[in-house]
Amino acid sequence: MSALTVRDVTKQFGSAEVLTGINLDIASGEFTVLVGPSGCGKSTLLNIIAGLERQTTGTIEIGGRVVNDVPPKDRDIAMVFQSYALYPSMTVRQNITFGMECRNVPRAQRNEAVARVAKLLQIEAMLDRKPAQLSGGQRQRVAMGRALVRDPLLFLFDEPLSNLDAQLRTEMRMEIKQLHQRLGSTIVYVTHDQIEAMTLATRIAVMRQGVVLQFDDPETVYNRPANLFVARFMGAPPMNTLSARLEATSDGTVAVIGGGETVIRFPVPAAAASWIGRQVVLGIRPECIAEPTRYFGDAPGATVMIAALVEVIEPTGAETIVVLRIGDERALARVSPDLHYRLGETARFAADTRKINLFDPETGDRIA
Amino acid sequence: MSETAAARRPKVFGLVRRLPEHLTIWLPLLLAAGHIVSFSLWTLWVSFTPSTLLPEFGWVGLHNYTAVLATRNWRIAFDNLLLFGSAFVVLSLLTGLGLAILLDQRIRGENVLRSIFLYPMAVSFVVTGTVWSWLLNPGVGVQKFVNDFGWMSFRFDWLINRDMAIWTIVMAAVWQSAGFGMALFLAGLRSVDTDLIKAAQIDGAGPFRLYRRVILPTLWPITVTVVVIQLQFAITTFDLVRALTGGGPGIATLLPALVVYDFMFQRGLLGRGAAAAVLMLLTLLAVLLPYAAWRHVQARQAARA
Repeated sequence: MSALTVRDVTKQFGSAEVLTGINLDIASGEFTVLVGPSGCGKSTLLNIIAGLERQTTGTIEIGGRVVNDVPPKDRDIAMVFQSYALYPSMTVRQNITFGMECRNVPRAQRNEAVARVAKLLQIEAMLDRKPAQLSGGQRQRVAMGRALVRDPLLFLFDEPLSNLDAQLRTEMRMEIKQLHQRLGSTIVYVTHDQIEAMTLATRIAVMRQGVVLQFDDPETVYNRPANLFVARFMGAPPMNTLSARLEATSDGTVAVIGGGETVIRFPVPAAAASWIGRQVVLGIRPECIAEPTRYFGDAPGATVMIAALVEVIEPTGAETIVVLRIGDERALARVSPDLHYRLGETARFAADTRKINLFDPETGDRIA
Repeated sequence: MSETAAARRPKVFGLVRRLPEHLTIWLPLLLAAGHIVSFSLWTLWVSFTPSTLLPEFGWVGLHNYTAVLATRNWRIAFDNLLLFGSAFVVLSLLTGLGLAILLDQRIRGENVLRSIFLYPMAVSFVVTGTVWSWLLNPGVGVQKFVNDFGWMSFRFDWLINRDMAIWTIVMAAVWQSAGFGMALFLAGLRSVDTDLIKAAQIDGAGPFRLYRRVILPTLWPITVTVVVIQLQFAITTFDLVRALTGGGPGIATLLPALVVYDFMFQRGLLGRGAAAAVLMLLTLLAVLLPYAAWRHVQARQAARA
């Protein structure tokens, strides 16, 4: 069953169009992450889904019911805010039950619901405290408790982790994921952090300038990005994008990078054959370039050995990032930390050609 | 040696360079503090002397105080202050809050209205008092206006009514200072986190519940500030009453500051006047000291959080 359908939604502020033709169909139990740089319209879209803002055109359906004219409180949703938005004058308990108070739920039933949620989130000990007496992580839990207690059709999260420090953010991320797995709830989650998107989502909608560029599961978004923007936005360090020329050889189509002595040839999918003789942008993830002993599978042509100049070496502990120069192009490689390259040497690397993507240099769209 | 010279030079240099700042801060502060403190101390001293028309040396202990407290004028003035002070503070608070809430509805022409509501603040109390005394004068003001329309039995004579005259002062004072409360409350309303309002909307709070449970509780600190500022204004009110009713009819609208003035400059009883002034100061302190303590506790709590 489809829990949320966004159909042809646009939003204009004056003459500025902040959302253009948004279409999303989200099944029940899915964890959808809207991700994109600030100003891409993801929070506006979330507010429209919540009913806090009204779309200029288009339809929102929640649980199969058109809710265009339904106020937020009757949309059967709950929302967690970036600032937590806990009512400062109320205790944690009152914060959690305020929605039920507004709906005139009997007191016994309220207490029961608070007890259930408090146990789930382990906030029993702080039920009678005020938000000002809680730490950031505790406030975050209370904010989630306020959403969970409602048991809605749809949870909306608006950058809920961006006010936490790095360590706490990782912890809470894991907890949100566990909660979703345990409760099977439907979640729409807004973030600008591509790692949050990758780790949490069952499907990711990558947005830019009011447009959804790609709406796919995380693996597809990561390995088969719809265009150059998605390719560069997802993943850290980002995907290498090198300018290449396609040539036909007896072994099939190859992409040629660089010129003169430092030429690299990568086999590319047959689907790109129509681009033979033309310039393309070749995308290869940094983890697909590694030390020469790395094994990338048995398929013929899967691993290609390349030689490149070592320009910069950045050890991170778990791995070492090496900046390579291939002709006029630069590329990042993620190599084993046990290997010690020397600056300025021309070293050998193994490249995984199975996950190469080709993009149209004009439009940025993926070719193959 | 050279090291200490090098270390000292920037310090001296810095002091010279920042001299204008120091002068502009400390000179007026010293003058004002010297002025206020020295005259307060002088008044305090006079209140213990038998001074009449001119200051005299001598010591009469608390005699002036007991004398002032025994007068009917002082008792009436103090009762009036209690009534005027509480009515004025409550009404101007409610009016200011009401105006602020209405202005906060993102209405058209907000800037113009805000200026209009705030404008009475710019008018001197003497002007306010005088204008309101015309408006409320049954012979020339509102009553005559309505009578001239044909409603002959209409009476609006609070200004010359012993029991109601104090309310004319409340009215004029609220008119003058409601805008001040409005400005502060509006700033407070505008600083409420919009996410809070969104959360309350999703929780299903109607406008009444939204204000009562979510928004107004965040305005507590502003409310206290407004109350204290209005209270200290109420306690020291002089020019408004002087221009509006002159303390009358009779002594029906007498306030402590008028009593001080009466003792000092009309009856030539400097000692009594000074004692009355010190009593006013004590009343002020009774308001301001708890406020200062409250601020201190708030600051400490904020520092701990």
